[in-house]
Amino acid sequence: MSDLLLEAKNLSVCVEEKEILHGVDLSIGRGETHVLMGPNGAGKSTLGYALMGNPNYQLESGEIWFQGRRIDGEAVDKRAKAGMFLSFQNPLEVPGLTLSGFLRNALEQVRGSRVKYSEFRRELYRNMDLLQMDRSYGNRDLNVGFSGGEKKKAEILQMLMLRPALAILDETDSGLDVDAVRMVSQGVEAYQKDMDGGLLIITHSTRILEALHVDYTHIMVNGRIVCTGDASLVDEINRDGFERFTAGAEEDSL
Amino acid sequence: MKEKTYVEDIDRNLYDFRNEEGADTFRLQSGLTRETVEQISREKHDPAWMHDFRLHALEIYEGMPIPDWGPSIDGLDMSNIATYVRPNTKMSASWEEVPEDIKDTFERLGIPQAERTSLAGVGAQYDSELVYHNVREEVAAQGVIYTDLESALHGEYAGMIRDHFMKLVTPRDHKFAALHGAVWSGGSFVYVPKGVKVEIPLQSYFRLNAPGAGQFEHTLIIVDEGADLHFIEGCSAPKYNVANLHAGCVELFVGKNARLRYSTIENWSKNMYNLNTKRAQVEEGGVIEWVSGSFGSHVSYLYPMSILKGRGARMEFTGITFAGRGQNLDTGAKVVHAAPGTASYMNTRSISKDGGISTFRSSVVMTKNAGGSRASVSCQSLMLDSVSRSDTIPAMDIRTANVDVGHEAKIGRISDEAVFYLMSRGISEEDARAMIVSGFADNVSKELPLEYAVEMNNLIQLEMKGSIG
Repeated sequence: MSDLLLEAKNLSVCVEEKEILHGVDLSIGRGETHVLMGPNGAGKSTLGYALMGNPNYQLESGEIWFQGRRIDGEAVDKRAKAGMFLSFQNPLEVPGLTLSGFLRNALEQVRGSRVKYSEFRRELYRNMDLLQMDRSYGNRDLNVGFSGGEKKKAEILQMLMLRPALAILDETDSGLDVDAVRMVSQGVEAYQKDMDGGLLIITHSTRILEALHVDYTHIMVNGRIVCTGDASLVDEINRDGFERFTAGAEEDSL
Repeated sequence: MKEKTYVEDIDRNLYDFRNEEGADTFRLQSGLTRETVEQISREKHDPAWMHDFRLHALEIYEGMPIPDWGPSIDGLDMSNIATYVRPNTKMSASWEEVPEDIKDTFERLGIPQAERTSLAGVGAQYDSELVYHNVREEVAAQGVIYTDLESALHGEYAGMIRDHFMKLVTPRDHKFAALHGAVWSGGSFVYVPKGVKVEIPLQSYFRLNAPGAGQFEHTLIIVDEGADLHFIEGCSAPKYNVANLHAGCVELFVGKNARLRYSTIENWSKNMYNLNTKRAQVEEGGVIEWVSGSFGSHVSYLYPMSILKGRGARMEFTGITFAGRGQNLDTGAKVVHAAPGTASYMNTRSISKDGGISTFRSSVVMTKNAGGSRASVSCQSLMLDSVSRSDTIPAMDIRTANVDVGHEAKIGRISDEAVFYLMSRGISEEDARAMIVSGFADNVSKELPLEYAVEMNNLIQLEMKGSIG
């Protein structure tokens, strides 16, 4: 199974000693696009954080395999270097650190070698133009004073620059206006097509998915994946909402 | 934890190398008596007024109490401090003539190289005396005087020095100002004539190599009407197990519509008591800009003061203080608004880690004449662990209505979420923290010439190495 990019086996995850995920299984093949949907509080973001290795999200049981290697014991930066990426729902602001300075440093870490400034700048501008992001953002402090839309664009910009094998997009479309969603979606499409990147798109709306090819859809309710299907499941959610899934789950949790 | 000790030991090598004292170095016996002051005065061929000034300052010193409101200086015993140590060389205007070991010291600190690339003039002091002083011809041709204070005392500008020397910071100011008046040696004198703009900075570097010694350099800068100068001061010393003392004094006179920027990166070793006094007086429409980085010393008392004497005079103070293990750094700034329409702006950052204590004191005085003036103080502190301390002590004395005074203080810690965010892009935890701290110090590094900003960032990286406990 050399095409297997990520394999999460029976993950149970605690946050502040409360178990949020109860035995989640998820396999993502190279270049595949998976969508994770579910009502608020289902544990979708928790799964993203746990896969990336946020120390506040403790693995109670289970294993995470990435590109044929077990990584659940590894630090966040090691996972990033191995090719994993998480687009944050609320990107942090870091005063005094410019977006471009930070990105170049990160790129050198991920590639493990120096990156020429001229080459870096060319890539940076190309990707900023694609996202219709003003080039001056490169010299601004990371996320400081960015609007919600600019923050999300900056996340997608980082993804395009770092070219991970798997990108987890956590609610990247939430709170954006139509134009911003279109730009972000264009960036994701470029990543999907040009870089053959694997995607786990966490969302509770479907706007970002309209222009994207989706291979699998998972529905998460109360910390469990209760249903997995193809792209048509997205349409069904669009039409009927989560009711069919939550009803059963509530009985479960009683 | 093991790595930390290791790293600190090797990394201080950048500054922490020492030369043996040469057999023919002249070192005054430790302690402070009338006889030692007489001896310094003789060695330096003081004019009579300076000789008398020293003895008078000594009397004041003896009658004044040790300050009791700041960090403890109990570890400082004046009877163990040699107040005057003269290297075995004369001051030279060519590095070739500076003795090999001393030249090597300044080479390692990058001074001659900086002089070639980015400075208009350099003074280099080693222990109590200047060993090198030079200014670019084209700058000298503009009439700019940049020399050691001793030469100036005997030359064309003797009268100007007598008119200004310790008039702004008087020996009665505090005990260590009095001490300075009695035993001062070395330092620089700068005079920028009317309307002259010095395009690239001058720099004086103070290196204290001798163990158990004091350095008491005096910097006197006069920037005449409409003139413009950037002056950089650097200081460092190797670490010894005995206390060293630095009680320098800086007096800056900024003329009408003149501008002076005074930048300091201080990196004394951690056995140093840094009891330094700096003051500027600014005439109508003039500007004083302080850029101050305090990284070294065991104990510091440092509060550069600006007296805005003329209408519309302005001051800006941008500072950073980084207190690590065993350091108690009490820093800040003071401003006196003594004329209408004056403005001051203080923007500081302080960082404490490994049990270091960083205290920020600010003082804003608005006199009765200061109508229409405004002052703004902003101080941010970052504590890198739970054993370190950070305090903010603002003082305001407002004696007129119709002024605008603002104060803002923030104390915080590095957010775990921000560290996680940077790490999720492939950056190690140590680097992520260092990036956040460097970013926090950005207010100062932005204000420094590039090579000094780089040096400052290196200092921060050094301090952050091995800080993951």
